[in-house]
Amino acid sequence: MSEVKDMNFMGMRKVAAAASIVLLLISIASLAYQGLNLGLDFTGGTLIEVGYENKADIKHIRETLEEAGYRDVTVQNFGSEQDVLLRMSEAYRANLGDEVLATLQNSSDETVAMRRAEFVGAQVGEELRDQGGLALLLALAVVMLYVAARFQFKFSVGAVVALMHDVIIILGVFSVFQFEFDLTVMAALLAVIGYSLNDTIVVADRIRENFRIIRQMMPADVINRSLTQTLGRTVVTSLTTLMVLLALLFMGGENIYYFAMALSIGVVVGTYSSIYVSANILLVMEITREDLLPPETDDSDLDEIP
Amino acid sequence: MLNKYPLWKYLLILMVCTMGVIYAMPNLYPPDPAVQITPTKSGDVVDDYTLNRALSVLKEANIQYFGQEIKDGKTALIRLQDSEQQLQAKGVIQRKLGDGFIVALNLAATTPQWLVDMNAGPMTLGLDLSGGVHFLMEVDMDEFLKQRLNNYRAAIKRALREQKHRYKRVVANGDTGIAVKFAKEDVRDEAYTFLRREYPEFLTTDEDKEDGFWVNLNLTPAKIKEFEDYALKQNLTTIRNRVNELGVAEPLVQRQGRNRIVIELPGVQDTAAAKKILGKAANLEFRLEALPDASRYSSEEFGFKTQPGRRARLEKAVIVTGDNVSNAQPSFDENGQSQVNINLDGNGGAMMGKVTKKAIKRRMGVLFVEHKVRTRYEMQDGVEVAVEDKFVEKKIISLATIQSALGSQFRITGLEPAESSELALLLRAGALAAPMYFVEERTVGPSLGKENIELGVSSVQLGLAIVLIFMLVYYRTFGLFANVALAVNLLLLMAVMSMLGATLTLPGIAGIVLTVGMAVDANVLIFARIREELKAGLNPQQAIHSGYDKAFLTIFDANITTLIVAVILFAVGTGPVKGFAVTLSIGILTSMFTAIVLTRALANLTYGGRRVEKLSIGGK
Repeated sequence: MSEVKDMNFMGMRKVAAAASIVLLLISIASLAYQGLNLGLDFTGGTLIEVGYENKADIKHIRETLEEAGYRDVTVQNFGSEQDVLLRMSEAYRANLGDEVLATLQNSSDETVAMRRAEFVGAQVGEELRDQGGLALLLALAVVMLYVAARFQFKFSVGAVVALMHDVIIILGVFSVFQFEFDLTVMAALLAVIGYSLNDTIVVADRIRENFRIIRQMMPADVINRSLTQTLGRTVVTSLTTLMVLLALLFMGGENIYYFAMALSIGVVVGTYSSIYVSANILLVMEITREDLLPPETDDSDLDEIP
Repeated sequence: MLNKYPLWKYLLILMVCTMGVIYAMPNLYPPDPAVQITPTKSGDVVDDYTLNRALSVLKEANIQYFGQEIKDGKTALIRLQDSEQQLQAKGVIQRKLGDGFIVALNLAATTPQWLVDMNAGPMTLGLDLSGGVHFLMEVDMDEFLKQRLNNYRAAIKRALREQKHRYKRVVANGDTGIAVKFAKEDVRDEAYTFLRREYPEFLTTDEDKEDGFWVNLNLTPAKIKEFEDYALKQNLTTIRNRVNELGVAEPLVQRQGRNRIVIELPGVQDTAAAKKILGKAANLEFRLEALPDASRYSSEEFGFKTQPGRRARLEKAVIVTGDNVSNAQPSFDENGQSQVNINLDGNGGAMMGKVTKKAIKRRMGVLFVEHKVRTRYEMQDGVEVAVEDKFVEKKIISLATIQSALGSQFRITGLEPAESSELALLLRAGALAAPMYFVEERTVGPSLGKENIELGVSSVQLGLAIVLIFMLVYYRTFGLFANVALAVNLLLLMAVMSMLGATLTLPGIAGIVLTVGMAVDANVLIFARIREELKAGLNPQQAIHSGYDKAFLTIFDANITTLIVAVILFAVGTGPVKGFAVTLSIGILTSMFTAIVLTRALANLTYGGRRVEKLSIGGK
């Protein structure tokens, strides 16, 4: 029926599995040894962003603040040369932002503008961390149930393993490169779950359909055919999504840079995992045609088999 | 016949699209910078006279304005030419109108009347886009319960005395309980029955210990919850009043969880003033100055709030607290001296009268009690952790001689003008039922907000442009259908968000961008199917029909799972994450409609009901 030759995706499955496992191990090792570079949302603390008219002198700012007696100040550019992000472990006071601004203003000839000031209590940070983790687990559990109900148990294992694979690798990238992990990245992570799931379900749907209509074929071949058939769609969708994400990454500004970054990684990894992780799991769990026959048509189907 | 929709379906689609256009339209009209005038007291009105005074002072200051209106006699709005003059306008009007009115910056919607009549309005912008302050405050429930239990202890002592149950001691028992000690068992048993009957809000148990016979009273969980709800509600009201004093156009004061209050003040530029009034989680204590021979045990020494170095010794007994203060206003006495008039509630007035009657010519001090947090860092298991210590700071804000016995109305005289308005503000800001602490604060400057909008809009535009071009090249005519669907999808998304009054945030814009990317997925699925069916030898009409048919379930499953994730995100997330979840969920729903129903209608209109040789859908 198909003139296009099926691509032998599953022939590569051992190599892919090995690659996935290596990536996962690196991610987990990095998470265990150096952890995540948690943002203000999760650690608590004080953050102030100020804008200068011209290129800001980071060294001078740091010295000014240290002279003024602020402890543990980190000063860095944020987005542009004029914008500066200050982080400090200084105890929170009602007028801290204005104090710091006044200190900086006094030591500079230009006008220094307050862009934003944030303070998050340690307690709140901890709660946000817990909430985020809870949301992730809850999302995984609900997804597993839905897929098990709509498809079949083996598919739901495949889907959830693929999602965990994606999440761990994104966390791994953020850990290895010590990118800042804040609330928006957490949201991105959950969006990746949604996106990757979308992909996995489209593939799973085709696998189920093919298992039902194709009779004498090895499971690996059925999966290969399904993947070949959905490849066009997978590539096009991933491309369009990636294109808008790149637009966001390069034009969305510093505040959502890591958000766009997490999503971009997620789209790439998610596409890969719907092919090589979830489909691979199906083979490992020895999916058969019988697993997928709709229960109510069982009898008639049995009759037809010669 | 294949690929023909009945007329009503086309009409329905047309109707949905029209609604989309109408409800998305208000977002096209940029709001005017404006100042808003409201009376300080809720009963007062803003009339034409007030408005004209405001307008005349604007003319004097040479500030351009072009529209003024009074809404329900309560709020006046004056539209200004540009936002740079907003602050200046606010300043001159406030000076002219004086304390009776609150002048605030506002953005006046320019939605045309016929749209307003249809209940259409623009989306609200989140703080990250409009600029402003976000505070999260935590109510100290432990402290509140402690205060309540102290009251109970006093009441129980009194009741036991009145009923002649001879107790030995009444002490605090844990955080939520009271224990009463008796010498004899039979006395205890009688008292036990009495307490159990009189105080059903406690779980009452008896206990025999070596040192005597005890009755333990513990607050029931239901009562604790009731107290917590009460404290939060009370604080919410106080905070609302304080926020109203700030004169912010559209503030948000909301409970969050068990013991927190979120405060969002969009457009606030003077954050220091906001913090000053909100952050004064203060209470007041009125006490007599200690006599020179007073013992250490009955008196305490305090510093003055505004005069460093000056100290005074006050009695430990508190006459009344800030809870009893019902109003406080600065004014002038007959000699033009500044003063503050204070009103107390009935109980407070009675207490004040009883004490001051015997203390004429002595001095009375007003203590300002602030609950503050000090963060220190200490090493725990090799990691530096932040520890927050709560502490109470008490400073004298006024020490004045009592001229005569005071009642529920009295005044503090001999103040500087600035001093009196500050003192009145502190007294009036209302007492909190329980102390509160700032646990989170975010300030976004107005320039950053504007920049965030621009960045967001330009990335949506760029992303959209790339996808539109790609779809057109790759799928030809069908690509055009998908593009129309995408545009309508954005329109509907905006319309639904405006209708729901949802708040647009920066992550929300990111959600829209993501929706753009993902919305084409449904069309890609359908078109890929149609191409496959064509390859399999179906004629164009059948291919369209079966392509849409077969792709539907897949699209449905894929979108539902994403929707589940978005809903979880909404339920668990806060602030920016919620904004993202909202746009994502709405985007999924609208995209299902546009990608499946709308493109099908377009395909039907173009190809349906006639002989078609070839579909323009790209591919070989």
